[in-house]
Parts: sequence; C-alpha cells; structure tokens
Amino acid sequence: MEKNQEFQFTIEAGKSERHYWADLWRYRELFYILAWRDISVRYKQTVIGVLWAVLRPLLTMMIFVVVFGKIAKLPSEGVPYPIFVFAAMLPWMFFSSAFADASNSLISNSNLISKVYFPRLIIPTASVIVSAVDFLISFAILIALMAWYNYWPGWQVLTLPGFLLISFIATIGAGLFFASLNVKYRDFRFVIPFIVQLGLYISPVGFSTTIVPEQYRIFYYLNPMVGVIDGFRWALSGGTTALNQTELIISVSVSLTMCLVGILHFRKTEKLFADVI
Amino acid sequence: MTIAIKVENLSKKYIISHEKKAQDYKTLSESLMQGGQRIANKIIHPFSPSEVDSQTQEEFWALKDINFEINQGDKVGIIGRNGAGKSTLLKVLSRITDPTSGKIHINGRIASLLEVGTGFHPELTGRENIYLNGAILGMSRKEIKLKFDEIVAFAEVEKFLDTPVKRYSSGMYVRLAFAVAAHLESEILVIDEVLAVGDAEFQKKCLGKMDEVSKGGRTILFVSHNLPTVKSLCNKGVYLEQGTVGETGEILNVINLYQEVSGATYARGKIVKAFNCLSGDISISNAMVNNGEEAIVNIVSGQNKVEVSLSGEMGFPRELSLECRLYSSEDICIGLFTTRYYNTSYKTIDAGFFSLSERFNLPDLNAGVFFLDIYLMDMRTNIALAQLDFKITLICEGTKMKNGWTFKNLQHNGFIVMSDS
Repeated sequence: MEKNQEFQFTIEAGKSERHYWADLWRYRELFYILAWRDISVRYKQTVIGVLWAVLRPLLTMMIFVVVFGKIAKLPSEGVPYPIFVFAAMLPWMFFSSAFADASNSLISNSNLISKVYFPRLIIPTASVIVSAVDFLISFAILIALMAWYNYWPGWQVLTLPGFLLISFIATIGAGLFFASLNVKYRDFRFVIPFIVQLGLYISPVGFSTTIVPEQYRIFYYLNPMVGVIDGFRWALSGGTTALNQTELIISVSVSLTMCLVGILHFRKTEKLFADVI
Repeated sequence: MTIAIKVENLSKKYIISHEKKAQDYKTLSESLMQGGQRIANKIIHPFSPSEVDSQTQEEFWALKDINFEINQGDKVGIIGRNGAGKSTLLKVLSRITDPTSGKIHINGRIASLLEVGTGFHPELTGRENIYLNGAILGMSRKEIKLKFDEIVAFAEVEKFLDTPVKRYSSGMYVRLAFAVAAHLESEILVIDEVLAVGDAEFQKKCLGKMDEVSKGGRTILFVSHNLPTVKSLCNKGVYLEQGTVGETGEILNVINLYQEVSGATYARGKIVKAFNCLSGDISISNAMVNNGEEAIVNIVSGQNKVEVSLSGEMGFPRELSLECRLYSSEDICIGLFTTRYYNTSYKTIDAGFFSLSERFNLPDLNAGVFFLDIYLMDMRTNIALAQLDFKITLICEGTKMKNGWTFKNLQHNGFIVMSDS
C-alpha cells in the first residue's frame, strides 16, 4: 500500500470554498436543465398555457392606465400612458417575479439539497431564468404596443441591455439574500410577498418619478428599481422622459452592494442548508 | 493497492434545540420583548445560537472520530443500527453537508445515490425526467444520450416515455428512477438502501445490476439493513455504533460482530432472566436454545432445528408442553410449533423440579432474520405458565437442500418452502 499516495480530492471541515467556483462551472449543465425544468413546468396543465405570460402584464397595464392615467390623471411626460406604464412594468415584473421565485427556490427544491451535492447557487440563479423568458414575451408585447401607437424609440434603446443588467444584479442580490434566510426562517415566506406588493407602490411603475417631491427624491432613489425603471422609460421613449445621473449612480451602486451582500450571505450560510432545511 | 477513500478523524456535530415551555415568560410584554430581541439577534447573526434564545440547545455528535480506509475496487457494506451515523457518513462523503472536523481523501469521481428518483418532477415526461435526474446525479447530457436506450430498456417503460411521470404506477416510477441511477459512471458509488424498491422481479434485476457494477472494479459503499444482501454483495464492512467505528474489515467478521451486538440489545446475558413466570408457583432456573444460553441463534445451512430446553421448579403437578412461535422480520407470526403434537402420551410431571427439552424442526427458511418466541404451556388448561419477554433472533443463512442447492436468495425474506422431510 502506498503510504504517500496523492489524493485527487479532499473533503475537509471549512475547506469547501476551494472548489466552489470550479464546481459551479462543472455543474453548468445542471443550471441549464433546472432552468429548462422550471420553464417547461410553468404552464403545464393550464388551459391557455403560455398565454398567461401575455395576459398578466397586459391586464395589469390596463388597470394601471385606468387608475393612474385616467382617474388620477397623473402626468406621463409626453409618452402615451400605456407605453409609459408598460416600459416600467417590464423591469418591475422581471424583478418581482424573479425575486419571489429565487427566494422560495431553495425551499421548493429542498429534496435536492438534502440528497445531492452541487453548488447551491445554481438553484436560485436558475429560477431567475424563468422570469427572463417572461420578460422576453412581455418585450414582444411592448414592441406590438409601440407599433400600435406608432411610437418609436431613438438611439437610446441601445442602452436597454445595460438597465436590464442592473435589474438582474439587483434581483440576484435580493433573491440570494432572502433565499438563504428563508431556509432557516420560514417567516420570510410571508415577508417576501409583502415586499413585492409594497415594492410596486414605492417604485414608479404606474406613475412618473417626477411626482415625487424634489427633497425626498434622494431617498426615493435608494430603491434600485427606481433608476432601472426610469432608465427603461428613458431608453424606450427616445429620451423624452427624465433620467438624471444621481439616480443612475445610486441605482448601480445599491444594486452592486445588494448583489455582493447577497452572494456573501448565501456563501456563508450555504454549508448549513442541508442540515437546517 | 491504491486507496480510494481515506477517512481521518471525521466528526460531525449537530445542534438539536429543545423548545422551552411557555411559562418561562412571565408576561405577554416580556415575552414579546424577548421574542423581538431574539429575532433581531438572529437576523444580525443568522445561524449562530444566540444568548437570549428561548430554546435550549444540545450538541449531538452524529459522527465522532471516524477513521477507516477503503481500497479501490472494494465493495463496502456499512451497517449499524438506526441512528448509528450511517446516513450522516454518506452525506458527508457525498459533500451534501460539511464535516465539523476531520478529513476525507477521495481518489476518483464519486457519485451518490441516497434516494431513488431525486428531483423527479411529476409534471415532466419519463424522457424528460431521465435527462433531469441524470443531470442532478452528475451525468452530462452526452453521457445520458449515450445510455438513454439502455436506461429505458432496463426500466421497461418504453411505452410510457412521453407520459408525465405523475401518471406512472409507483412501480414504473421507481424502476425508471433506479434505471437512471444504475447507469451512473463513476469510480466510486455510494448507495443508501435503495434496493428496497419495486416488485420481486425488479429487485432481482437491481441486485443483478449491482453485482455487475461491482464486478466492473468500481468501489462501492453500500448502506443497508438487509444483512443477507450486504453479505452477498460486499467483501468489506464498516460497522458503525453510535457515531463511532465499531469494527472494520472482512464483511463476515463485521456482520457477525454486529449481530452479536444488536442481538444483545434484546437481552444482555442469559435468557433465563428474561422469562416472565405468569404463574406464581413457577420459577425457571435454566433455559437454553441450541445449547447456548444466547439470545441470538445462527441457523446454519441444512440444520433448521431449534432445540429448546427449559428447567425449573413448580408448586403443583402439571402436564407441561413447550411452544415456539416463529415470526418474520416484519413481526408477523408465520409458524407455531408445539410439543403437544409431538408427544403422543400425556404425562403428568410432579410438583418440584421439572426439565423439558424438545427439538423443533423448522421448515426450510429463506436467508434472513427471524424471531422466535418460547412459551411454557399447561397442556390441560392451555394457559401459558411462562413466556420469554423478548424474542430470540434467528439468523438464517439459507437452507441447503438435499441436492446441494442452497436456498437463500428469494427476493422476499420470510417465505417458507415446504419440504417433504
């Protein structure tokens, strides 16, 4: 028997970090397949199937147009109100559904966590992909809507992926943070829908940021989705609506901070998931 | 010979919390205060036990200072009672949970199978679930594609490949799940009690597959309570006892030790003490089964006889008989044996010392674990005078038939084959 045999791999208390990022890459196929699973399961055994992805944003948009545009008569900075609302709903719906899905993803996959090893980061990030698909469908609706109103964006539309990236970063951060808290404290199952519901009112989805009093805006901007939503509107309206630099900088830095905190917290608690879930 | 797995001083600690009773709080406001403080603390320091915790916490070592080595190509059976740490060991080996201290060195790709059908989604079809489950177990898409036909053939679900698995019968579901797992390619395979699935036919197929896999030179770690299966499949054994290694080495030695120890939990020492005398005037001074006053009896091939002898004293003259009841491992009574039918003449035994001895011919038993209950009966009144308050464990290694064929690998333990002898 060789005494000083070289081992390919060592499991050691507190040393799981070393292989983590390499493993994440190694398990990328699992990421695709989990995302694919979530997408293909989403509209199973429904009558109208994927039509839900079209109906939900459309109906929400109509209600917002009626409530904020017609009844409250809020300003839309010169953009047709349906487009004004829909441009904001794209990032908001992506954020809210991805955030909710990601936060609950570990719990709903608890059987995997307690029986198989893989970098746990895969589960919440894969669940975000479902919302990304919904986003694409909504985006197609938006294009149809703009064609209907014959309202076309300018060169600013090219910045759209940048704003999408910011919302993606914010979503991942918040999702990971709450997903890991949710594993141990199921209280967050009740907190998450509440945050999503409240978030809709503290983000300028149905109305314009300009109606928020000037002196409070700096606090308002702390919500990273404010910058993203205004960015989407700005990009899609060809610069007609306002987007100031302060809000963009705050939005980017808050999103990045959230992402960093989310990943760090997730990584810190991840080792215990299988024990406490 | 190269080492596949080397475990060094491995320990795993769990914290169990017990909730304190509510009366520890004096007032509602106080309890709200404490609750609030606790929540705040938990959010600031998640996953760490806080001081103002209303729960008392206790450490529990599921594994403590485990050391062993496994050579490449060994088939290792991990045995032990419930709660001995078998599953924890597998979880640590599969990297599902981190050890608290210690190291495990591994050589080769490790695949673990702690559950059949992990991650199967009921809404997806059989075909889709093969890919999903394969990916979860660590197979690449290419690998699954290559083995796809083999998997389907093994599971015998060709017709239902495009049906959602929620419409499957439970047997089909399990067959498909096992089939995917059985086609995992890895140098080291970790399996937790997954064979207890499917019907008899399929279990046989699974065992055959396991055998085939193990002959391919791969290292296997196998946890099971089914000792005959472990015995036939493994060449090495690790016996765990309350989180520590009780014994490692050749599988037969390990199993024998385990049987001794686990049998002893029914009754340590002599079985004389375990007799409940139900009649006031009776006392038992000696009780033996197969010439040993032990609680475990090994029935060796071709020797399905149980000799029971009992002696003691009684206050009245009686007609006595011995009665044995045979139970399957599921605790179902499967046989009754009594001297009543063997002794043709009724013989009254005088008051004072008595001694009875009888040889019961058991039917030919399948390999497995059985239990035996012994009663001392009054033949006239048919009332039990004394009874063992635990059951004697019979471990049958299979029955050797007259023509030399050994009867031991039927799929269900507990079957009785009637022979003409």
